[in-house]
Amino acid sequence: MKKKHLDIIPIGKIDDNLLQRLSATIYHYFGYPCRVNEEWESPSYAYNPDRKQYYSTLILRELCGGVKNDSVRTIGVTNLDLYIPIFTFVFGEAQLGSHCAIISLARLKQEFYGLPPEDELFISRVEKEVIHELTHTFGLTHCGDVNCVMHASHTIGDTDIKSDQFCKFCNHKLISKLNELAET
Amino acid sequence: MNKDVRILVVDDEMIVREALSNYLREDGYEAIAVESGEEALKKVESERWNILFVDLKMPGMDGLEVLREVKKIAPDLPVIIITAYATIDSAVQAMKDGAHDYVVKPFDPEAIALLVEKVVEHQRLVKENILLRERLDQEYKFEEIIGKSQPMQDVFELVKNVAASDTTVLITGESGTGKELIARALHANSPRRYNPFITASCGAMPEGLLESELFGHEKGAFTGALYTKKGRFELAEGGTLFLDEIGEISLKTQVDLLRVLSEKSFRRVGGVEPTSIDARIVSATNRDLKKAIQGGTFREDLFYRLNVVSIHLSPLRKRREDIQLLADHFLDKFRAETNKKIEGISSQALNLMMEYDWPGNVRELENAIERAVVVGKGSEIVPQDLPFFTQGVTEERGPKLKALKDREKLYILQTLEENEWNISRTAEELDIDRVTLYNKIKKYNLEKPKTE
Repeated sequence: MKKKHLDIIPIGKIDDNLLQRLSATIYHYFGYPCRVNEEWESPSYAYNPDRKQYYSTLILRELCGGVKNDSVRTIGVTNLDLYIPIFTFVFGEAQLGSHCAIISLARLKQEFYGLPPEDELFISRVEKEVIHELTHTFGLTHCGDVNCVMHASHTIGDTDIKSDQFCKFCNHKLISKLNELAET
Repeated sequence: MNKDVRILVVDDEMIVREALSNYLREDGYEAIAVESGEEALKKVESERWNILFVDLKMPGMDGLEVLREVKKIAPDLPVIIITAYATIDSAVQAMKDGAHDYVVKPFDPEAIALLVEKVVEHQRLVKENILLRERLDQEYKFEEIIGKSQPMQDVFELVKNVAASDTTVLITGESGTGKELIARALHANSPRRYNPFITASCGAMPEGLLESELFGHEKGAFTGALYTKKGRFELAEGGTLFLDEIGEISLKTQVDLLRVLSEKSFRRVGGVEPTSIDARIVSATNRDLKKAIQGGTFREDLFYRLNVVSIHLSPLRKRREDIQLLADHFLDKFRAETNKKIEGISSQALNLMMEYDWPGNVRELENAIERAVVVGKGSEIVPQDLPFFTQGVTEERGPKLKALKDREKLYILQTLEENEWNISRTAEELDIDRVTLYNKIKKYNLEKPKTE
């Protein structure tokens, strides 16, 4: 079956306006119409009571298990704070060159750092992280250019410093990958 | 950017192995994961790695055993111990056994990224340093000190013999003969070569300034000494101090210098504490110091301190056989710099160069070739490209032409060049007929320069 959609799966309650905005962003960057799927319940199976966080790899596995036949890529979006066992937290996770990715909104909010909310800043961070994690699924690794959206974000500062644009090298690589995909 | 960097992750827990190697791959590194120490050692023995992450607690070989074995096989491979069960004892033991770092799970993502970046950057710098040192060894050998003449061969021999020692050397020779190059060659071929080579141009500075330049000064030592400054002797620590134009220093500075050379220590201007010196002293002058001693302007005792070994560089006019070699060398150099297609030097230009006295020595020859390459329009360097040719033939500057026929040849050639080899105009200017001019051109083998 011809793959023609990119899927967003809200995990827990996510603001509709944000989801619509992300759909438009994803279409703009990847050229596929975006489908907002039904909300998933909070994944209690991934909860770690000691860390009070959710194990992102387990959720990612679930996401990959439920991929629709006509889906190009699937990204989960959640307000839950995510971790992988070796790290204190992750902003998101994607398997390089696989089908799915997930991002957490928890640490993208100013409130997490004890600051008053800033909606536009928050949305800008979410967009950068969504583009970043989805691009990993097309096989692109981190970029050394601090302005490139594929530059690694180890802190929220890294996310704010980088732009929401690709450097010319990453842009070229992504276009090649998207063209390869369109031909299959 | 990072794809040449290979990282091996050793952990018995699949979750950790996969998560860490996946994370490293996202950063563009080539990351491979294995689940036991035994497997890791096989990998280390058979492949090249840049970093090893090893879990401390593993069944079979534990992390510390792996670390010790790895250090036997690849002592320079940085091993980072990772553990969820950190104890002071194991951390101390790991560091004693040569671990590069010891990190506790779960890691802060930024900390692990920085740790890897730091190791990679360090390895890149070490590699770059090795390459630069190799290049330095090549470059400084006897680059630009060129000569097949006997006087230059003698100089090369002497440089080779004295370079390795710490002997004080005095280099004499006219201006432009390459005294600093010889000083640099001495430094570059000595065990001090990776330490600084510091030059002090003694002739260029007034007495007070030279003193503070050589020995440095303490803050407030004199009006304007707003901060403490290291002198050239201190800057040359472990390396070579080249005192150029030593014949120009005042008698007072000569006394200070003599004391420093005798005591092997000095005091900064305005300073109290003596500082010991560890620098080889190489000095140079274009003056005849023996005459200066007789004239009372140079101290004899200092002369003998500086002149333990003497290297004399002959002027270019006394080693004319080197002129072509040097000219070709400079032509290659400037041709490469300017990217101009100049095939060589015309025989007439070369003859003029061989006859010229080169009062500015090698430096003048280098400048002449540089100018010729820049202004030359043809496929080879011709007489009118040479500065001394275009400035006119005078007794002082021009080639020393003793024979009348040489003067006639040069004059005809100059007139031909000025008239762009128009025979009628040249003959008219020389007040001879065209047939005579043709005969002279034939007699003197004058050739019209080739143009591109």
